[in-house]
Amino acid sequence: MFSFIKQYTEKIEGANMYAMFSLLVFVIFFIVLLIAVKKMSKKKIDILSALPFDDSEIINSNSK
Amino acid sequence: MQVEKFYYDNRIVKNFAYATVFWGAIGMLIGLWIALELVFPLQFPHGMNLEPWFNFGRLRPLHTNAVIFAFVGNGIFMGVYYSLQRLCKARMYSDKLSKIHFWGWQSIIVGAAITLPLGLTNSGEYAELIWPIDVAITIIWVIFGWNMFATIIKRRQKHLYVAIWFYIATFVTVAVLHIVRSGELPYTWLKSYPWYAGVQDALVQWWYGHNAVAFFLTTPYLGLMYYFLPKAANRPVYSYKLSIIHFWSLIFLYIWAGPHHLLYTALPNWAQTLGIVFSVMLIFPSWGGMINGLLTLRGAWDRVRDDVILKFMVVAVTCYGMATFEGPMLSLKSVSSIAHYTDWIIAHVHIGALGWNGFLTFGILYWLLPRIFKTKLYSSKLANIHFWLGTLGIAFYAIPLYWAGFTQSSMWKQFTEAGQLKYTFLETVTYMKPFYAMRSLGGTLYLIGVLFMIYNLYKTVKSGKLVANEEAEAAPLVKNEGAHPGEHWHRKIERRPVQLMVLSLIVILIGGFAELIPTFMVKSNVPTISSVKPYSPLELEGRDIYVREGCYTCHSQMIRPFRDETERYGEYSKAGEFVYDFPFQWGSKRTGPDLAREGTGNLKKSNGWHFRHFREPTSMSEGSIMPSYAFMLKDNLDTTDLPAKIRAMQKLGVPYPAGYDKIAMNDLNKQAALIAKDLLSDSIRISPRKEVIALIAYLQRMGTDIKKNESPTFNK
Repeated sequence: MFSFIKQYTEKIEGANMYAMFSLLVFVIFFIVLLIAVKKMSKKKIDILSALPFDDSEIINSNSK
Repeated sequence: MQVEKFYYDNRIVKNFAYATVFWGAIGMLIGLWIALELVFPLQFPHGMNLEPWFNFGRLRPLHTNAVIFAFVGNGIFMGVYYSLQRLCKARMYSDKLSKIHFWGWQSIIVGAAITLPLGLTNSGEYAELIWPIDVAITIIWVIFGWNMFATIIKRRQKHLYVAIWFYIATFVTVAVLHIVRSGELPYTWLKSYPWYAGVQDALVQWWYGHNAVAFFLTTPYLGLMYYFLPKAANRPVYSYKLSIIHFWSLIFLYIWAGPHHLLYTALPNWAQTLGIVFSVMLIFPSWGGMINGLLTLRGAWDRVRDDVILKFMVVAVTCYGMATFEGPMLSLKSVSSIAHYTDWIIAHVHIGALGWNGFLTFGILYWLLPRIFKTKLYSSKLANIHFWLGTLGIAFYAIPLYWAGFTQSSMWKQFTEAGQLKYTFLETVTYMKPFYAMRSLGGTLYLIGVLFMIYNLYKTVKSGKLVANEEAEAAPLVKNEGAHPGEHWHRKIERRPVQLMVLSLIVILIGGFAELIPTFMVKSNVPTISSVKPYSPLELEGRDIYVREGCYTCHSQMIRPFRDETERYGEYSKAGEFVYDFPFQWGSKRTGPDLAREGTGNLKKSNGWHFRHFREPTSMSEGSIMPSYAFMLKDNLDTTDLPAKIRAMQKLGVPYPAGYDKIAMNDLNKQAALIAKDLLSDSIRISPRKEVIALIAYLQRMGTDIKKNESPTFNK
């Protein structure tokens, strides 16, 4: 099946490498990102998420 | 610490808001016009086409450019200029740069509105504008970035809110996309050929085209969502942590997804696979963002019932969710094989454009204009009417096209028991007509809603007075404040805009490089076919007319390897057939049939057939919705640029013999005379100098190259 397209994959050596490389880079990137976000403190997060609001504005907190 | 007093620049926000409304209405009006052209395809006054300037093929790019770059573009700038100043607690860095940005961008839009109907186009979808305008876009974009970064650098707020990250990523990525896609070789001061041909041009185009959707219609609007939705709901975003994950995963994944526009084409398989994998993964950050937006309203849903601004925003975010669920599904090969080339895709993009971009823009306009004019919205009732007209408009637009697109595709694929195609292409077009009419009704409803908004906003503005310089106070930022001991690395990046920009750039370049470089470097990606030869001078001129008229907006030149397509159109398309195609003309929609093998086999028609078909399409194909091109029977072919074209082609690697530019005209005349002579034998008397002769020459050439090859692969 798909032999009509296979001709192209056969002519580029190690085409699978591109897919594996990309997937690996993303997985590593994503894991590092998750750890980084997990480590952020609740206090900082509250400060950051309140940035669009002026001090005078009443904010209904979404904190759990 | 001493508090500083400063002023936000609201005038520039107002200007961009007005431009958003104005160009939005124009862009949608052109959309409605071309939708009606499909329902009433005859020439004005009998129909809606008006040759040559306002035929479908020339107006469709104007519609897409107007909506993307004029309506949404100005919407982005409106939202960025408003929110960035407040998030940075600083006025924009330079009023002068803001003004140059505003007027420069509007001039570019006017330039597009003039050049596209004149047929001056590069033909890459959403990248049609000619090279001088491409240069202008680059300059104005840099000015926008300069103003934005300088504002961020002089800010009084230490932290960069997540919305600003989205703005930065937008700036960087659009710059990269625009520069790579605009790689072209000018041969006159208005015209150029792209550096890339065929498969490579297609990959660059859809790497660009997909990411224009991603980084012009999505990331900046997500930035706006993260600012304006919490503001309108008066509560912080549901999960800031989720917004960080949303941001980084989205910009990482998006840049890889372009090849899903080219499934089952002659693009190398590995590139198609990469596109699919990353497109499917995109669903997670996209839905993370959608859920984050909707859950921001947690505990405030009662307000959504009464607050029309929140209603607009909820529908916008829901449409974002729908479109970003559908996108990955459409990227699956099996679904793509049904949906590609059909009106299903048109429905899909309009869920995004009308729902996500349109409704978020309307919500922001209703929220923002009363604030900068220190007044209240003139009428919530009118805004509610707008909301319902818009919502109904989206439904009436999308549902008929989903239905029709799916049905048309299945009609294309049906065979009789005897093994023959059940429907001619024209029969499937006739089937579409009522659905095109319903879609126009949807568009009309949506546009009427916008007219309600314009009146409402006009009355609102009249009832207030612009606070051109809004007073604010904040303490200055302490310079060189060191990192706190034990501070997390991400927090350090988050405070530094330049590092954030560089990291964003690296993240998007990984995907760009991994996809584009192998396609360009590995020669075996495009297997050579020895019988494929450069176009003759007359065919080249004809091809440029094909590009000028935007034929690619309705006709593909890419036969996929399916039984129904090879039965209908002939041998499936090979990568090596397109090596001299500057630019590629694969198209993305089949309102009319594929033309890749128009000059071969059962599809081949006489020169006389083509002549009569251009003059009056319905005379040869009853029920056709193609506009007439009778003007090409009258207009002389302009061959002034032919030598320059040949020289440009030679520079691009097309093997015309040395000095051919000087003698190309002779060959052109000879071929034109032959066609005119053949037409005469069909009782058609026409000068060989007319444009239609060149276009006929091109159509007769299409797909003939591989027929010359004796390899059994190409002969059934």
